[in-house]
Amino acid sequence: MSTRYRRGTLLEGVRRFGVTGIFLARLLAACVSALARPGLIVAQIFNAGGRSLIIIMLSGLFTGMVLGLLGQDVLQRFGAETALGQLAALALLKQLGPVLTALLFAGRAGTALTSEIGLMKATDQLTAMEVMAVDPMSYVAAPRFLGGVIAMPLLAAIFNVIGLLGAHLIGVGLLGIDRGTFWSQTQSAVGIHDVTEGIVKSVVFGAVISLIAVNEGYQCEPTAEGVGLATTRTVVASSVLTLLLDYVLTAAFL
Amino acid sequence: MVEVRDVHYAIDGRPIFAGLNIRVRRGLITAVMGPSGTGKTTLLRLITGQLFADSGLVSVFGRDIASLSSSQIYAARRRMGMLFQNGALLTDIDVFDNVAFPVREHTDLPESVIRNLVLTKLEAVGLRGAAHLMPAELSGGMARRVALARAIVMDPEVLLYDEPFVGLDPISLGVILRLVKQMNQALGITSIVVSHDVQELATIADQSYLLSAGSVVASGTPQELARSDSETVHQFMTGSAEGPVKFHYPAPDYASQLLGADEG
Repeated sequence: MSTRYRRGTLLEGVRRFGVTGIFLARLLAACVSALARPGLIVAQIFNAGGRSLIIIMLSGLFTGMVLGLLGQDVLQRFGAETALGQLAALALLKQLGPVLTALLFAGRAGTALTSEIGLMKATDQLTAMEVMAVDPMSYVAAPRFLGGVIAMPLLAAIFNVIGLLGAHLIGVGLLGIDRGTFWSQTQSAVGIHDVTEGIVKSVVFGAVISLIAVNEGYQCEPTAEGVGLATTRTVVASSVLTLLLDYVLTAAFL
Repeated sequence: MVEVRDVHYAIDGRPIFAGLNIRVRRGLITAVMGPSGTGKTTLLRLITGQLFADSGLVSVFGRDIASLSSSQIYAARRRMGMLFQNGALLTDIDVFDNVAFPVREHTDLPESVIRNLVLTKLEAVGLRGAAHLMPAELSGGMARRVALARAIVMDPEVLLYDEPFVGLDPISLGVILRLVKQMNQALGITSIVVSHDVQELATIADQSYLLSAGSVVASGTPQELARSDSETVHQFMTGSAEGPVKFHYPAPDYASQLLGADEG
């Protein structure tokens, strides 16, 4: 522990990056054997996805409603209020859906993953599995990673749908845009390219956050303090990387 | 069965073992005693192949554990059971599933057979009635008994106990002691008990090793150790603070520190 503090921040960062890389390789290898046990993965999809459902739906609804208000405000300055559906759908599909879902997912599911695995480590459960000749990489880490990767795009899709309904609620219900115009504008503006961008982003974010969360739990100091620090690192690293990767992917899809 | 020969092992440059020699014979209870921090748990990790010695030989079931591939190490571990100090039960599944865990992982036995097997092992530790409880609902002593049931469910040839007597009330302690003895006598399991509870070990061990400063300072039956005239052995067996093993962590002079001569 003490040697860790003495090293430079940069060196420590590089070391962490390397450790995470090696962990990813082991994790992917373990995923192969974990795929043979779909029951474990389904349980983790529920853990990561099902339990995040309520906050994702609520956040999606309010995001969509805000989009409705903002869109009305900005678009009417150009006399283009009817383009609200188009604006909301593209904003949600390409940016807000994947990014906001990812940030919420990191806070809700990522932290839960890190602290759960960290506590299993602190209470010798991972060691006990190893001694029982069960590889914790394929029993604990891989199903949680795969569960996150699968749950994240599903959550983003739900976020998008609820968000669009929220925008519809405000635009059509409150501000009086014609319903037919709203949906036809939306339908004609959104192309398969936009949908692909959203899906690719949410899969990438899901993989990155799950990797960080599982890795932090696995590498943490097996103490109360260590688990707490690892949980914090999961949120910080996931959020920053999500936004950074969002820029990179957005640029790539232009 | 298990042999440790001239093992050297260091963590971050700090030597834990320097020339450790231990021989565990089949069918006996071997006690490894020593003050805290002498690497007793590290020894168990070396035997289960979670750590590897810097030099020297650790052989299990007649094979050098360092020469085995990871799948061979896993195969060797299936022939061992280990009881952890805090039980190390999986907290997200109940007692029954915990005991059934190794069986379900390593065999394709039908559920009815697993059920009988698990209930038999739980009955042996007196906790058949607790099968539906979650680990969080168990007391420390109960958790350790469940962990013992889990450790023996695959009928291991070697059973490793890590500090099995720490923090138990007298009744649980007596029960665990009897169970350790029983596992050994009834099932013929070779047992390695790592502990610093000298009195308890003396009643069950066939062979004892006393560790200090990285190597074995004394070995023999508990009776031989009790009669030993070595100062270290005598200090440890009688629990005295004075002797070759320093109880006090190195510190500045007590009187001068109290009088404020040293601000530290």
